Amino acid sequence: MKSDAPALEARHVSHSYGPRKALEDVSFAVSRGSFCVLLGLNGAGKSTLFSLVTRLFALRQGALIVMGCDLQREPRKALAQLGVVFQSRTLDLDLSVAQNFFYHAALHGIGKAQADARTEKLLSAVQLADRAGEKVRNLSGGQMRRVEIARALLHRPRLLVLDEPTAGLDIGARADILKLVRGLIASEGMSVLWATHLTDEVFETDDVIVLHKGILRATGSATELLRQTGAADIREAFVTLIGEKEALA
Amino acid sequence: MSFAAYAICLKGIIWREGLRFLHQRERFVSALVRPLVWLFIFAAGFRQVLGISIIPPYETYVLYEVYITPGLLAMIQLFNGMQSSLSMVYDREMGNMRVLLLSPFPRWFLLLGKLIAGTLVSVLQCYAYLAIAYLWEIEPPPLGYLTVLPAFLLVGLMLGSLGMLLSSLIRQLENFAGVMNFVIFPMFFASSALYPLWRVQEGSPWLYYVCQINPFTHAVELIRFALYMQFNPLAFAVVSGCTIVFMLAAIVAYDPSRGLMALRGAPGAAA
Repeated sequence: MKSDAPALEARHVSHSYGPRKALEDVSFAVSRGSFCVLLGLNGAGKSTLFSLVTRLFALRQGALIVMGCDLQREPRKALAQLGVVFQSRTLDLDLSVAQNFFYHAALHGIGKAQADARTEKLLSAVQLADRAGEKVRNLSGGQMRRVEIARALLHRPRLLVLDEPTAGLDIGARADILKLVRGLIASEGMSVLWATHLTDEVFETDDVIVLHKGILRATGSATELLRQTGAADIREAFVTLIGEKEALA
Repeated sequence: MSFAAYAICLKGIIWREGLRFLHQRERFVSALVRPLVWLFIFAAGFRQVLGISIIPPYETYVLYEVYITPGLLAMIQLFNGMQSSLSMVYDREMGNMRVLLLSPFPRWFLLLGKLIAGTLVSVLQCYAYLAIAYLWEIEPPPLGYLTVLPAFLLVGLMLGSLGMLLSSLIRQLENFAGVMNFVIFPMFFASSALYPLWRVQEGSPWLYYVCQINPFTHAVELIRFALYMQFNPLAFAVVSGCTIVFMLAAIVAYDPSRGLMALRGAPGAAA
């Protein structure tokens, strides 16, 4: 694993569903230790990209490199570096929070003692330590999201990828989740790829990748995008870059 | 990944499957009720109609209840294999399958872990059935309870692999009823589970050949012979061969770059 390699690098990635192209020659890099926002409307190809990065879809064109490990050549090494939070819920509702963590730990070859200690620490970090024994089914949507984020960190990944993690949450829960993940970058020392269609989730210090209809429209820091487009804010910059004002009207 | 890490992963998969089984008590009860209904009602009714001549592994005339017991044990495992398949389709729809497939362990190992877990659950069900059947005076030799264990494991793996393969073909939970009609019933009825094959041959020669090529027939015979401390090499060869073929096909089907998942998109992923 190269120590100077980006956290995630996409090289000329394309993907199609039959005749429909979902991604077309997409290349970008997520720097280590950065909070990178993958910004795009619904149907931009964000979830397809996530499915390729997580190896749920087979990569047929291009290359994806996670922390210096080629996903095609070294899939297991690459997956071990990844923490993933999908748009749809992946928790087992019939198990308790702690049992979900234990199962995830086992799937990464982590023993019970280590898993227990890590579970306790992570649940404290997401302020759910007192709900460890509770069935996931009994948690609210926001709490489930926090549990999923904490669980994704159990095996100490170097890159956390989140696909629309605030979808379906109210304003308060959204802000909590965003603050939580930004805090984790500092405490866990990891890189984050955050996919969203909500421009208010982008901070000026963030890196941004703009994806639209499967095509990469821009990449750079939020400040650079503002300068490049001459926009007053990220929302305006995004509209200019994708050229669809009505989409955000 | 070390050997210990593999062992932890396997233990975790088995633990989760066991927990899920315990949470679904009705699944355990229905898995037992089904064969017991056949034993208590169907077999009682057919006892006088169907005469069973002395055929291996039996050394004397046996009651019809005794004859169909291995078939009903295999039926438990058949339903359990399909139930595992159903739970994989459910996991795929609910998104839980992604957690499994994101593990850095090889995919074949993860699927094998699921298979072993499902097989162990089916073995528990089989022994629970045998305990109840004992009260119904179905008493195989005491050592038979031990010698049948490898047969249970092998048959469980074969039917579990078949279920796993089917789960890769089924796109939605709603399509699962088709499995009942096109897989479970034909496999069960076109076998030696309910009637000896010489009886079938007398009635319909072509059905006899269908029964002969049905792997479920050999699963039943493997259990029947093992329960009476005998080894049936043909049944063993067929069940072992089918286990390998079904398992390899399921592993290929779940491979993102080669299998059916690749053709239709990954488990539950959105565009």
